[in-house]
Amino acid sequence: MTRAINRNHLRELESEAIFIMREIAAQFERPVLLFSGGKDSIVLVHLAVKAFYPSRIPFPLLHIDTGHNFQETLDYRDVLVEKVGAKLYVGSVQDSINKGRAVEETGVGASRNKLQTITLLDTLEELKADAAIGGGRRDEEKARAKERFFSHRDAFGQWDPKNQRPELWNLFNGRKNVGEHFRVFPISNWTEMDVWQYILMENIEMPNLYYTHKRRVFQRDGVWLAEAPFMELKEGEEILELDVRCRTIGDISCTGLTLSNANNLEDIVKEVAASRITERGGRADDKRSEAAMEDRKKEGYF
Amino acid sequence: MDSKAYLDMSLLRFTTAGSVDDGKSTLIGRLLYDSKSIFEDQLSAITETSKRKGQVEVDLALLTDGLRAEREQGITIDVAYRYFATPKRKFIIADTPGHIQYTRNMVTGASTANLAIILVDARHGVLEQTLRHTYIAHLLNIPHVVFCINKMDLINYGQETYDEIKKELERLSQKLKLRDAHYIPISAKYGDNVVDESENMNWYQGTTLLHLLETIEINEDRNMNDGRFPVQYVIRPQQKDFIDYRGYAGRVASGIFRPGDKVKVYPSGLSTTIKAIDFYNEEIDEALPQQSVTIRLSDEIDISRGGMIVHEGNEPNLSTSFDADICWFNERPLDASKKYILRHTTNELKCMIKGVNFRTNINTYEKDFEDVTIRMNEIANITLTTAKPMYFDSYRKSRITGSIILIDEGTNETVAAGMIN
Repeated sequence: MTRAINRNHLRELESEAIFIMREIAAQFERPVLLFSGGKDSIVLVHLAVKAFYPSRIPFPLLHIDTGHNFQETLDYRDVLVEKVGAKLYVGSVQDSINKGRAVEETGVGASRNKLQTITLLDTLEELKADAAIGGGRRDEEKARAKERFFSHRDAFGQWDPKNQRPELWNLFNGRKNVGEHFRVFPISNWTEMDVWQYILMENIEMPNLYYTHKRRVFQRDGVWLAEAPFMELKEGEEILELDVRCRTIGDISCTGLTLSNANNLEDIVKEVAASRITERGGRADDKRSEAAMEDRKKEGYF
Repeated sequence: MDSKAYLDMSLLRFTTAGSVDDGKSTLIGRLLYDSKSIFEDQLSAITETSKRKGQVEVDLALLTDGLRAEREQGITIDVAYRYFATPKRKFIIADTPGHIQYTRNMVTGASTANLAIILVDARHGVLEQTLRHTYIAHLLNIPHVVFCINKMDLINYGQETYDEIKKELERLSQKLKLRDAHYIPISAKYGDNVVDESENMNWYQGTTLLHLLETIEINEDRNMNDGRFPVQYVIRPQQKDFIDYRGYAGRVASGIFRPGDKVKVYPSGLSTTIKAIDFYNEEIDEALPQQSVTIRLSDEIDISRGGMIVHEGNEPNLSTSFDADICWFNERPLDASKKYILRHTTNELKCMIKGVNFRTNINTYEKDFEDVTIRMNEIANITLTTAKPMYFDSYRKSRITGSIILIDEGTNETVAAGMIN
């Protein structure tokens, strides 16, 4: 039997992403891989391992820690870093607040989501990073549909959507001036379904949060959120213990949970296939306005 | 869908060009909607926006126009990428604006497409923009072109008009030597022949658009003959168990590579054989076009990024000068007195523009040999000289080893894309 790589849509997307990973390593001096503990960044790490094997991943991971993480995410992160032998940097939103670089939102619905941008830009500058690799996908949100693989950021970390560099064929232009940097998105062309099918095909170990588990939750604006010490309840909201899982993982304050009994990857793929709501439909941070993502991205968000 | 079926899905990339009037957004909306790729929260968001703007019907264009400026002005400015899947295939749509001032966006979207959909309004037949969109499909050498004769509902689904338009399009396809052209009468608005067969056009015996997209043969579009492997990155672990490992990472541009193949390495021109091909922690027996792999060679030869491994006896052109068709992307016109940075596969070189041979009017296909100032969105044929010899193929032979971009040294912007003659 011939040992060849089988050809399907996932293998093509994988080859494209590995190509991008290698371009990053070749074109930039100090790239970092933004690791959130979510499925997209887990897939990124998996692709990076495959791209450079048997060498180790030639860039460090960077986690922007809001201080409002699920403990499971942090545990998973530490095990993964150990396994792939990568260096991990953590940028802390709490530190930014303590230093007065960021001011905490208050009241019901307060979130550290927006503050992450400040910590992210500060940390990239500290590390002198010239490229930040992200798990952003064009199908996630309409402002992202126009994002490039190699997305140029000016000296202020800002994105100018109307003046993006054209990308043709396999040719990616990562040239920049001092102080500028790039955001690079190797899985731009993947959909949520592709990500899960790929995780299934590759049998990638995932944090338990993605599988069904019992959790104390409450409902707000139609979205199930996890109970946590820093989450203030509004009048009329009550805590229930339900079988839930995460469809996307962000910080606790804005991660919507799905009522689900899926306890293996096959069931998750089936659930995603049957779903009639986008994964970001559960993200409170996107509901702020129609151009919420575009505005955050211009400022330098992930 | 059975749980393993997804492992047999293939990937098709296609491009659409057009303006709001063509019904392009309606067609894409129809494909997404009828293939159930639009989610409830997306649909309710655009329904609400349409109502707020006082529109009676849901404006499916709101799905594709992602930037605030686009929504405000009601136009598509940039290339938007859209995704949908059926049990047979995953599709990537490069959705581009169709107006002449966005030629560069059309060229960008077309560069990676296996197939182009060109919309023709059944009431108007072949127009200037039809000629323009078809020319771009020809220039970028898109393997398959599908002409959708749209708005058939507005001409009472009449076969005669369709036949006339089709005849004219066939002449155009022959003139431009399109490799494979298809013609489908549709109504994007009502869904005729888009996903479901039309009940209004029994005289049409062909397939629906979606069926064509799902079944069109794309494996044969790949160049399996000319072995080209641009070296992207050298993998040298220098760690325990892999002290002597030296692998050349890259993505196969064309041809099939196998262990034992006799190869020639550029720029040195030295010959050797392939010792092994690695994909992650496995040794594989063959690497096909577009696959990202790592090649190990039998002899220690000096190669770095920008080098190329090719099959011995089937070698690329080697020269410091060549002609190319370019599309100019930048607001500042081409300046022949300047040096530009040229990027070709993983290689980067300095280049000069020796001369502009002619400019092509993409609406009329006329060549202008007199006024050769090349401005944004214009197509021209130029002669380039590179500082070092370049190893390349013609774009017609290989889209990857036959394509270049030019970068302005001062601003770092990508100012042009080129297809080598």
